[in-house]
Amino acid sequence: MTPRRRVLLAALVSVVLLGGAVAYVLVAGHRGDRPAVAAAAVDAGPGDRVLFRSTAAAGYGRVGTVARGSGSGARQLSDLDCVRVYAAAGRGICLRPDGPLTTYQLAVVDASLRVQDTYPLVGVPNRARVSPSGNVLAFTVFVTGDSYNGGRFSTRAGTINLATRETADSLELFSVVRDGKPYRAVDVNYWGVTFLDDRHFYATLSTAGKRYLVAGDLTTQSVRTLAENVECPSLSPDRTRIAFKEAIRGDPAKGWRLTVLDLATMRRTPLAETRGVDDQAAWYDDHTVMYAVRRGSRGADVWSVPADGSGAPHLLIPDAESPAALWN
Amino acid sequence: MYLASVERPSAGAADRTKRLAGTVLALGTVSLITDVSSEMVSAILPLYLVAGLGLGPAVYGLIDGLYTGATALLRLAGGYLADRARRRKTVAAAGYGLSAFMKFGLLAAGGSVPWLSAVIVADRAGKGLRTAPRDALITLATPDGQLGRAFGVHRAMDTTGAFAGPLVALAVLAASGQAYDAVFVVSGCVAMIGVLTLVLFVRDHRGPRPPSNTVSLVAAAGLLRRRPVRALLAGAVLLGLSTIGDGFVYLLLQRRESLATGWFPLLAVGTSLAYLILAVPLGNLADRVGRAPVVLGGYAALGAVYLLLDSGLAGPLVVIFILLLYGVYYAATDGVLMALAGPLLPAELRTTGLALVQTGQALAYLASSVLFGLAWQWWGATGAIRAVTVLAVLTLSGSALLLLRFARES
Repeated sequence: MTPRRRVLLAALVSVVLLGGAVAYVLVAGHRGDRPAVAAAAVDAGPGDRVLFRSTAAAGYGRVGTVARGSGSGARQLSDLDCVRVYAAAGRGICLRPDGPLTTYQLAVVDASLRVQDTYPLVGVPNRARVSPSGNVLAFTVFVTGDSYNGGRFSTRAGTINLATRETADSLELFSVVRDGKPYRAVDVNYWGVTFLDDRHFYATLSTAGKRYLVAGDLTTQSVRTLAENVECPSLSPDRTRIAFKEAIRGDPAKGWRLTVLDLATMRRTPLAETRGVDDQAAWYDDHTVMYAVRRGSRGADVWSVPADGSGAPHLLIPDAESPAALWN
Repeated sequence: MYLASVERPSAGAADRTKRLAGTVLALGTVSLITDVSSEMVSAILPLYLVAGLGLGPAVYGLIDGLYTGATALLRLAGGYLADRARRRKTVAAAGYGLSAFMKFGLLAAGGSVPWLSAVIVADRAGKGLRTAPRDALITLATPDGQLGRAFGVHRAMDTTGAFAGPLVALAVLAASGQAYDAVFVVSGCVAMIGVLTLVLFVRDHRGPRPPSNTVSLVAAAGLLRRRPVRALLAGAVLLGLSTIGDGFVYLLLQRRESLATGWFPLLAVGTSLAYLILAVPLGNLADRVGRAPVVLGGYAALGAVYLLLDSGLAGPLVVIFILLLYGVYYAATDGVLMALAGPLLPAELRTTGLALVQTGQALAYLASSVLFGLAWQWWGATGAIRAVTVLAVLTLSGSALLLLRFARES
């Protein structure tokens, strides 16, 4: 082939490839074209409603509410965009991208979902919780390491107390008691915080290939392990049980079973949901757990299942994830 | 398109023309295009896996941890295969092609964790496969006296692509209404243009067939019996032991300056900018004053970075100076080390030899970053940085003895 022909061929194929790429981008841009849903005033304060993040094509990523008992009924969508959201006692937490690709922030929102304050986050948002009083916020992010040699990965979980202005940037700095003995290791990772009150919490601690349920204290900056193979705990409203995802046969690669742990007896009850659930569940009421089930690369629905192992899963809110019951 | 009009310089070290071989520019273009493609995906992959697919920590860790060790062996095997079949371009093209294909694989894998892991591992395997044959082609197309400059130009083009990638990803996300799949498709198309550029414009170096048995496993193992090769490998591994990785350097910088965490990505941008600008001048310098001194100078710059991180000095100017020094470290070591290694390795085993040096450095880095993590855990940030500063001084002196001595001998 002569140099001229090579250049011609390269130019031709490049134009075709780039044309195809541009066409795909344009088509993808119009895929979700439906009349945009007008932003409504959303009440995220206490009441008979469930807060969620919408995954419907119209209003993707926006935070809204539905009335209890009519999950597939009319929804109110705000103009607040979040990757993960939660609210309690009129205080909301919204984890979201912050401008350019690699930066994120934690937004503190009020009962009308108006942003009151923001904090920068290092890492991709994953889990969010608010203490029952609305005073303390917890976040979990993924931190990717350096890109040069593949990079290693870890999670970082932290808390912000809005009443006292005290923050714990990373629970990794807390002292650990494992199986009754002080414990130190490099590979300690935390995720999925759930609050008992403004001082005490539960979370997942991962170290040496095992994942533990820990009980923590923000004042003494310490945690102690309670049980093995517990991820993403979620405390029931009556504070007696923890809903969590249990790695099947102790191996996260095999998927998870949604399970409830009784804190008094430490007995585990697998729930009737048999699909793999990779979410930090939330409690709909003292008898029902709700969680997101992924559908494709963008979609998700919120399902509910009885907390005592009986019954069957039931579609609670279609096209939604990150649910939070707004208690009275 | 100027590539085809660039002539190959007449061979021979005596050639003083400053024109680069067409192959080098073509390979630089391939790397530029490929880095646009791969950095587009790297920029959005964490967000896609976590926010898009909703994967939890344990699964992400699984996917991420898979490829660290997997590519080292493949790199060696690929290097040997390229030498054995005398088809460096073919092996490089297979590596580039595999990675390009896997961009569409990400799309096909959807939310399936086993498939996603397989696709990401294959993508990394492609990168492992192509690096050594590509660097070998650069050394074989360039007179020895101009290798520093050739690698400088190549790495500068490579880094330019890495710069543009995230920006292209941003533009695609904005134009497509945050569609991750659009980023994968554009990335795949761009990568295919890269492969096409390689196939059409890079000339394989096919010298006379070496006498039989010169490219065998025994001969490859025999590389280690050559004193200069052994000294170089030992020196490179020693130097690799003093690197702790970008993640830790930026974390230390952020801690001592209490930078808002939003600034974190900008630290990497600053370093790349310095690397990009300095790669060619430092490559030229290496050709003039010798490659070993420049490589050692680069690691001395790294030691200076550690010292500054431990010092009480603060302020925006100090941050800029540290990033500049860190860029000097990259510009003076990454390509220049290959330029140093090239002439020491027999042409018929050059890919294997370069793969050996690259793998040695990668494993040394892996070990040192794990050790640094442990040191951080036990002695805190200050103790860890002091320990690595001492280590850097020791390894620098050790490898200076090794590298400078054989540089005089040869």
